[in-house]
Amino acid sequence: MTDIFFYIFSILTLACAFGVVISRNAVNGAMFLIGTFLSMASLFVLLEAYFLAVVQVLVYAGAVMVLFLFIIMLLDVKETATRKTSVYTWAASLIGFGILLVGVVAINSADSIKTKAEALPEAAGVNLKAFGYELFTTYLLPMQVTGFLLLIAMVGVIALSKKPNAQ
Amino acid sequence: MIGLEQYIGVSSLLFAIGFFGVLFRKNTLVMYMCLELMLNAANLALIAFSRYHGGMGGNLFVFFTITVAAAEVAVGLAIIVALFRKRQTVEVEELNALKD
Repeated sequence: MTDIFFYIFSILTLACAFGVVISRNAVNGAMFLIGTFLSMASLFVLLEAYFLAVVQVLVYAGAVMVLFLFIIMLLDVKETATRKTSVYTWAASLIGFGILLVGVVAINSADSIKTKAEALPEAAGVNLKAFGYELFTTYLLPMQVTGFLLLIAMVGVIALSKKPNAQ
Repeated sequence: MIGLEQYIGVSSLLFAIGFFGVLFRKNTLVMYMCLELMLNAANLALIAFSRYHGGMGGNLFVFFTITVAAAEVAVGLAIIVALFRKRQTVEVEELNALKD
């Protein structure tokens, strides 16, 4: 049963991602991106990371995409043809894809990583209490740094959005 | 039953699609959305590794990644709006003031 769900949601994820890349209208692209994020949240559920699935829907499909759609409609950009691609673009993309393929093959053929479903350990991400405990003990410094980063981002956005000559 | 290979495959394909999008589109906003796709592909790989390893480190790292990505989107979109206000365009090929 979970196999069928995995195939459904992974195909949906990849199809929506492809829609983001090929759609002419930026608003359609943003809608496809919401579809990608939602089906990705379903994949997180299949991996038993329930909290992160909820965060994915709230933060990505909610806040980030609202921001994207707001900016797209605010700027009202007219979509034109795709970029004229040089031979360097093709070469760079092919080399990048080749390196990615090599990495994936190396991971899948490594003996040290248990990749079989039979050797599946107990899911650690299910336990929300342990999640919070780890966040405030082992990862306390990254937590504080992340909070500070959010503050810096807020100040940066306010500074960037101000009109340059508004004294 | 689904193994780790399938998840890594989906994640790498998603990353490749985002990468192609960044290279082949010229609207800055669409390029930015493709960057988000690439970040999400990395998140999926991290969660899959964490699930098959049995630890919690990957999950926590994804939590931090999502936070940083949200901050990044806010700042990046503010930069795009500031750029549009100054140059009246979001096409990358017209934003070449540093080139010449």
